[in-house]
Amino acid sequence: MEKLMLLGDEALAQGALDAGISGFYGYPGTPSTEIIEYVQQSQQAIEHNVHRRWSSNEKTAMETALGMSFAGKRAMVTMKHVGLNVAADPFMNSAMTGAHGGILVAVADDPSMHSSQNEQDSRYYGHFAMMPILEPSNQQECYDMAFYGFELSEKYQIPVMIRLTTRLSHSRSGVQRREVLPQKEMKKLDDLFQFMLLPAIARKKYRKLIEMQKDFMAESLNSPFNLVQLDAKDYSKGIITTGLAYNYLREAFEGKEIPYPTIKVCQYPPPVEKIHQLYEKCDSLYFLEEGMPILEELAKGFGFKGQKPIHGRLDGTLDRDGELNPNKVTAALGLPKKYGKDIPEIVVPRPPALCVGCPHADSFIALNNAIEEYGRGHVFGDIGCYTLGFMPPYNAINSCVDMGASITMAKGAADSGLFPAIAVIGDSTFTHSGMTGLLDCIYDKSNVVVIILDNSTTAMTGGQDYTAFGKLEDICLGLGVEKEHIRSFFPFVKNHEEMTKIYKEEIAYEGVSVIIPRRECVQTMKKKFKAEAKK
Amino acid sequence: MKKDIILAGVGGQGILTIATILGQAALSRGWQLKQAEVHGMSQRGGDVQSHLRLSDQEIHSDLITMGDADMILSVEPMEALRYLPYLHEDGWIITNSNPFKNIGNYPEEDQLFAEFKKIKNHVLFDADAIAKEIKATRSMNVVVLGAAIKHLGFSEAEIAQSIVATFVNKGDKIVQDNLRALKAGIETK
Repeated sequence: MEKLMLLGDEALAQGALDAGISGFYGYPGTPSTEIIEYVQQSQQAIEHNVHRRWSSNEKTAMETALGMSFAGKRAMVTMKHVGLNVAADPFMNSAMTGAHGGILVAVADDPSMHSSQNEQDSRYYGHFAMMPILEPSNQQECYDMAFYGFELSEKYQIPVMIRLTTRLSHSRSGVQRREVLPQKEMKKLDDLFQFMLLPAIARKKYRKLIEMQKDFMAESLNSPFNLVQLDAKDYSKGIITTGLAYNYLREAFEGKEIPYPTIKVCQYPPPVEKIHQLYEKCDSLYFLEEGMPILEELAKGFGFKGQKPIHGRLDGTLDRDGELNPNKVTAALGLPKKYGKDIPEIVVPRPPALCVGCPHADSFIALNNAIEEYGRGHVFGDIGCYTLGFMPPYNAINSCVDMGASITMAKGAADSGLFPAIAVIGDSTFTHSGMTGLLDCIYDKSNVVVIILDNSTTAMTGGQDYTAFGKLEDICLGLGVEKEHIRSFFPFVKNHEEMTKIYKEEIAYEGVSVIIPRRECVQTMKKKFKAEAKK
Repeated sequence: MKKDIILAGVGGQGILTIATILGQAALSRGWQLKQAEVHGMSQRGGDVQSHLRLSDQEIHSDLITMGDADMILSVEPMEALRYLPYLHEDGWIITNSNPFKNIGNYPEEDQLFAEFKKIKNHVLFDADAIAKEIKATRSMNVVVLGAAIKHLGFSEAEIAQSIVATFVNKGDKIVQDNLRALKAGIETK
């Protein structure tokens, strides 16, 4: 089989395709987006009719994958780390129901928050759900773990988490393919109690899940991905790495033999017995983890004999926050520091900004004009390109918390008497998590103005489709917004006066108003022009 | 043999195309490659970088160690300086000198260019002007690449072959524009 140059995300997608997957479900989110984007352009996926369209959000994606598993086929759910908060309900319970066809839950974490609101570590969720976790350290492992993960999932009838991080998701390297497996046949469930979490059944299922922990541990102890090297030259340090951190360790020693005993953990639960052996042999332990110090914290409960020093993110040997890199690992191990020249002082930050010609810019300028008399602190923002409306010259929004929070926070503030209370949310984000919040507003006749910026795409993540495209007015009407208070305009320089007027009229209306500025994203438009020109 | 290259620029300036061309050339030699990219929010007009690692040996880290980079290859002068901590003391900076000003507090050009005088090995030149001159304005990135290849130990033929492979699906005009851009970059002093 040929070798492909793939991003970590793409390698996982190709692995799942070759392992006979029947459906991918997910919502775009950096750094996970490229998994499904890759599948959408894959001839192999198209020929074999693998499901590859986007879901409304991570929760619906997780549940749909569970349904595919119910029917005996292999499925994958993809999301970014904060997406797992949205999918947490079905995710936690999927460990209880277990899987029929194999399920892989691919979650891409973003330590250092390159494009995120926090840097939560999804391994805590896997641990919480008592589910096996696979954490690839390179692109080849991303590919191989799709095969391995489906087998593990079906062997124990349990979903398996695959945890990626930004630097693997978005880094490209050579991947060797394997023989392609056929998709599973649809197979009806024999055990009709399996997905029934009524309390009496759930209690039994939970005991079974607890019982299986020793099996998961045995799998980890024998895992081909958990590398254990207990014999070494120097026993002053014992090193435990997880995922990508192993590469930085190798790099710190320039690819030569690592002088210290080392365990590379890429399958969880962590191989505790091996970690004990490492502890016994060494004078001190070093935990190098990409993300939060979960193993370092768990180690306190491992019951180590004695008081040997344990180093990592908790004692400050490594920074408590941010992603790792070769230099951080080098410094933590006390190796000679490397550094080029300092960045000259005249170099200034260049934060991301709305594109030239972006429709959101017009929407913000007119909004600022309309609410000038009230001062600042009235506009609740959301997650998307328009979050950049916070930046100068717009300074237009005053909050950004989670998907959909603009509408519900505006409602809460309106309930407290804040006037005007304005929500700014994108079309895709509204689809993801805005509709239920809007229903709350309608139920309470809250005095809010909800601006749904319709650029007809999920723009921030690179222009993906979304499920409510072309249906925004109908949805608002169906939820109960009054027809005369659903307004729309074309956000453009020439229209600023009219736009300002519409904003003002709807602010003056005491009740729920929805305003939909509608103009296509300049990036997706450019892409379309290019595609046309090619024809 | 190992080449660690930081590619720098502003979102949308085409640094990933440079990575693709160089990567393809390395693969043709049977080398290994790792290439860390920036996707997501920063691509919207923010500073972007890519760590490109090419080697005839196994490559471990996806990120380059600070102080180890053989080259900073940049399509924007201020962005070239942002990654100085990565550059090895014998490493090269090859950069376009034409600023991309999408921020209000962009530094004065003469102050910016003065910083390059402190760097032993550098090539600072107006690649946009050259691209314009050869009527291939969209290929500024390949002009910069052209100026870099001799310092990376790649031949014109190797890179030209890689350019053809990279752009073949985009039509002959784009292939020819980029081949001219490569040549013009190579001829830069």
